[in-house]
Amino acid sequence: MSALVETEKLTRILPETVPVTLVKDVTLSIGETEFVAITGPSGSGKSSLLYLLGLLDRPTDGKLSIGGRDTGPMTERERAATRLSMIGFVFQFHFLLPEFTARENVEIPMRRLGRLARPKMRERAGELLTSLGLGEHLDKRPDQLSGGQRQRVAVARALANDPPLILADEPTGSLDSRSSEQVFATLENLVRERGKTVVAATHDLDMAARMDRRIHIVDGKIDLLPGQPHLQA
Amino acid sequence: MPLILDIAVTHIVGRGRQTIVAVLGVAVGVGFSIAMAALMQGGQDDFIRQLVDTMPHVDITDEHRTARRQPAEDVFTTVAISGLRPRDDRRGIINPTAATARLESWVPGRFAESLKAQGVIRYSSREVGAAIIGIDPEREPAVSPIVGDFVKGSFAALTAGGNNVVIGETMAGRLGAGLGDTITAVSSEGLTRDFKIVGLFHTGTTARDEGEAYLLLKNAQILSARPNAINEIRIKLDDPNHAPDVARRAEAELGYKAVAWQEANESILEALVVRNVIMYTVVGAIMLVAGFGIYNIISTITHEKARDIAIMKSLGFPESDMRRMFLLEGMAIGAAGSAIGCAFGLSMIYALSLIRFEIAATGQEITRLPIAWSALHYVIASAFALGSAAVAGYLPARRAAHLNPVEIIRGAT
Repeated sequence: MSALVETEKLTRILPETVPVTLVKDVTLSIGETEFVAITGPSGSGKSSLLYLLGLLDRPTDGKLSIGGRDTGPMTERERAATRLSMIGFVFQFHFLLPEFTARENVEIPMRRLGRLARPKMRERAGELLTSLGLGEHLDKRPDQLSGGQRQRVAVARALANDPPLILADEPTGSLDSRSSEQVFATLENLVRERGKTVVAATHDLDMAARMDRRIHIVDGKIDLLPGQPHLQA
Repeated sequence: MPLILDIAVTHIVGRGRQTIVAVLGVAVGVGFSIAMAALMQGGQDDFIRQLVDTMPHVDITDEHRTARRQPAEDVFTTVAISGLRPRDDRRGIINPTAATARLESWVPGRFAESLKAQGVIRYSSREVGAAIIGIDPEREPAVSPIVGDFVKGSFAALTAGGNNVVIGETMAGRLGAGLGDTITAVSSEGLTRDFKIVGLFHTGTTARDEGEAYLLLKNAQILSARPNAINEIRIKLDDPNHAPDVARRAEAELGYKAVAWQEANESILEALVVRNVIMYTVVGAIMLVAGFGIYNIISTITHEKARDIAIMKSLGFPESDMRRMFLLEGMAIGAAGSAIGCAFGLSMIYALSLIRFEIAATGQEITRLPIAWSALHYVIASAFALGSAAVAGYLPARRAAHLNPVEIIRGAT
């Protein structure tokens, strides 16, 4: 079985006057239905790695395949299309469009993909939000929701087109512990109940410990820690 | 509503006041452009109408443009003649009856023959140089611009009782003569005759009002010692635009110089083209300024919505979508501005059309502003506005589309 995400010596260097290496020679493979933590101190390159995996950024060197397809030769348009159907993003900040209600925000990726009829999209957005415990807040705008609620709307939006891969960048980073717990449970649920692969960058080691697998990044490189036998180098 | 349009609308609605200012900027530009075009075009039409009205559409005179084909050339094939020039004795149009009969058969319009000679009009001790024009009072009204400008009398009065003359009011004033007085006309041949003033006209054109005297054709022929001669045929066409064709054909048939009004006024028509170029340059400049307003607001929106751009890109919107979205916003402002501007322009033109004013010099001509009502002006102004809106929207849109989402997302954390 081919892995969902596969990288080979993935490298990202910012071409500044003094080149900054964000990610260096990362080779890893993530399969389906995995709950993966990317850990590391801040500035270690975990977010950068996540952006590369999410096709938001282009690697300077190395190979990246998503769903068995090499992303190297893809055009900007193809990368966008892959992002739309294969990948869901959750950021530290909710990043919802402020003028639209929770339900409309969830509908946006579906409308861009255009696979469903409008009433179906509406229905699906409602279902997704309800399943994340937001049934009462469908028509509220982001500024009328709490931080945890917004983050769960963002999760629902990431799920809109039913992508196999969810990438979360410090999803609980700006939340209090109770909301964090809720969001974490939501993400865990995606793996256990919906069969998604969730890759989350976090510096919360307690949280990382509760996930299936940990990839520790230091200075842009995978740091092999003892006691993590399934980590591939 | 398509998604991109949906989001675009929230962007421009979200910046209410700035959007209104940008829309009004375009609207004022479009409105003034339309009003200016209507005035310029109106003035031009009015000017050309007067030009066409006051002069014959085709003027055939007894001049030759080129030397006549010599009979010897027709008879002998070996004859070559060089150094010919058109003869310059102005004897008038040869065989006028045949010439007019020929024109009668095909010219789509009316015409009148006349004999024009230079002379002097004398009254008491004063003298005025004048063009002495012999006409046929029955045919003249069809081609003459003066018919409607008689202050006293008419062309018809010439026929009653022999030696009569019609002169301009200004000339009469300078001579100190009035209706019923008898003036003396002296021709360049040295012949002298007395005529009674039976009509006065005032056309508003000084050269005419003080320099033309109309007699019966017969009297003019006697005065200039050219019995049966005419030296000008003036044609008024049903459609003045056919003048060049008619002139060409008349010249080919009669062999005399026939000048269409367009040819006679070439330099004026050229000046009108220059005027139009100036007008559209100004319209372009106004639209450019309006374009800056649009550029400004779209630029502001792209800066303000940088986060939204990053979000949408991370969700899987390609760059082309981003470009289209902001271009759409620019075009929407341009379109709204055009629509309001058209209404504004229309009402401004209407208001201008109500203004009446007197020309102080004579105190008798009350005029309205000449205004052209043409849908084309609205189309052109709107097209200019949409064009500049497209450019003004596209530039920031392209920049926005190129934004790197990673930088923005990092910046937010």
